[in-house]
Amino acid sequence: MKSPEAKAMELVCPAGTPAALRAAAEAGADAIYCGLANETNARNFPGLNFSPEELAEGVAFAHRKGSRVLVAINTFARAGDVGLWREAVDTAAQCRADAVIAADLAVLDHAASNHPELRLHLSVQAAANTPEAIRFYADTFGVKRVVLPRVLSVPEIASLNKEIDVETEVFVFGGLCVMTEGRCSLSSYATGKSPNLTGVCSPPEQVDYTEDADGKLQARLGGFTIDSFEQGQAAGYPTLCKGQFTAEGKTGYLFEDPVSLNAFELLGDLSKAGVTALKIEGRQRGKAYIAGVVGAFRKAVDSLSDGGDPGPAIGALKAFSEGGRQTAGSYKKTWR
Amino acid sequence: MMPDHPKIELALGPCFFNWSAERLVDFYRGIAEEADIDRVYLGEVVCGKRMPFTDAIWPDIMEMLTKAGKQVVLSGLAQPVNKREREILRQQAGYDMLIEINDLSMVPGRAGQEFTAGPFLNIYNEASLRLLADRGATAWCPPVELPLVSIQKIAALVPEVDIELFAFGRLPLALSSRCYHARAHGLRKDACQFVCDRDPDGMNIATLDDRRFLAANGIQTLSDAVHVAGVTSGQLQATGIRRLRLSPHSLDMVKVAGTFRRFLDGELTCEDLNAELAGQGLPGPVCNAYLAGDAGWKTATLPA
Repeated sequence: MKSPEAKAMELVCPAGTPAALRAAAEAGADAIYCGLANETNARNFPGLNFSPEELAEGVAFAHRKGSRVLVAINTFARAGDVGLWREAVDTAAQCRADAVIAADLAVLDHAASNHPELRLHLSVQAAANTPEAIRFYADTFGVKRVVLPRVLSVPEIASLNKEIDVETEVFVFGGLCVMTEGRCSLSSYATGKSPNLTGVCSPPEQVDYTEDADGKLQARLGGFTIDSFEQGQAAGYPTLCKGQFTAEGKTGYLFEDPVSLNAFELLGDLSKAGVTALKIEGRQRGKAYIAGVVGAFRKAVDSLSDGGDPGPAIGALKAFSEGGRQTAGSYKKTWR
Repeated sequence: MMPDHPKIELALGPCFFNWSAERLVDFYRGIAEEADIDRVYLGEVVCGKRMPFTDAIWPDIMEMLTKAGKQVVLSGLAQPVNKREREILRQQAGYDMLIEINDLSMVPGRAGQEFTAGPFLNIYNEASLRLLADRGATAWCPPVELPLVSIQKIAALVPEVDIELFAFGRLPLALSSRCYHARAHGLRKDACQFVCDRDPDGMNIATLDDRRFLAANGIQTLSDAVHVAGVTSGQLQATGIRRLRLSPHSLDMVKVAGTFRRFLDGELTCEDLNAELAGQGLPGPVCNAYLAGDAGWKTATLPA
């Protein structure tokens, strides 16, 4: 019999479109998360997300392939308009989704009261990082899994798992929030739009690039110049927490370098820490990226639980990172 | 008997910055003796590492403020991360005094006793506030990015909860597990040398074209601009707001409170309020546009 540590971790993969959902299911995702095409989800970008019909079809397709579908309804409902968020939960239940991922007390309450059969996951946007907070959501709403905010190191995740009865899911690859998820208003301060309010961060319609007198490309968000690129250098996207700023007379990436998360080399440690599921960020990504990343993670997770070498799959993943640079983020304590 | 239009109260929020014990004692002595403030929030809300330096001073400060007729509220840490911090919150949740909860970790331990829901909680609508009210919330300071129209809707639907508006100070925008003061000084959080104590109003952060933008305070990021809610008493009452929260900065907070009091009493216009405050040594320019649902750094014309 396998030891508990050897139980394969579940692979939770993003899908911003029906094509990405199919690609993830075919590449071996255990679960696929997606959202409805409105402000109820935290990736509320034009051209992304699912209509109710697409969601129903996507769930049917995923189930045929042996994958589950988790619907992210993870923004905070607008005052006086909670109905839109409640309807999203109803739609997810009608489409036979396997779980809803929510952060708002109002949304969790609606799901728990009206759809007791629907599994509830606590979104990272709820920023629950203590046993007490997690138990509050479990006892109040019957939450079965918590997606952990990126504030904990691997040993802290291990000790957290010993104190709670719900499953934990951690981000392992893709975009990296530097601030605690769900507790950041930088984007609304600069642009009026934020993850909690409208499901967007550093919105593309407020980004512009201009060339200065020296030929450098200046990247601005909401009119604030937060990054600069030499001629010929690949221009990155000006996300607030990964911009360049000046403080104490020094200019540089004050909050975080333009890196993406890759906790690939920590998969074994995360498994030993009792983590149930690994989450890949990227609902804005195309199907080729999804297929490649999910496929590589599938191989790595399988070789890990079979006692094989995940090395080759790790190498394959490096090619998928934004700008090439990666970090293990808060999972290593020295990041702080 | 209650008057038809009860006076809008003033509250002093918890100090976000790493001020020394001596400085805090002096500061609160001044508040107790001179400030026209009804309610004072105390305690460390940003960084648990700072707590040992100030633990010993709070009981005396509480007594001093209580004797001066202020209502004292103990504010809880916004992002507890380790066992020690969790244990502190567990103990505080049981205190027989007013407390402000800034992380939901504390709600079960409060066991239905009265509390204030702080601005670090993600309460954005009437249904989530109702849920906390059912568990003991009697007052609420909304997240700073929530516009007045939303607050008004919520106030109308959950009238039993007192609403307190964040009305003065650099806006608390973000929390992280990383310490930006330490990072800016080439240190790590675990060996931070408490360098955040060098910046009593936060460390100024500018954009690449030298525009002031944000301020760092350990693991917290604030706005550079100083939010001033120049909303008249009549309009505050119409919105359902009963109290304004002034967030401590190194300028003379007694004077700031006096200026707000005169504004609320109708002696100053909104323009007067902004101009007087600007003359008192604000750490950044005035902003207020979150209240109008716009980007927080901007200034908007608010309903008069």
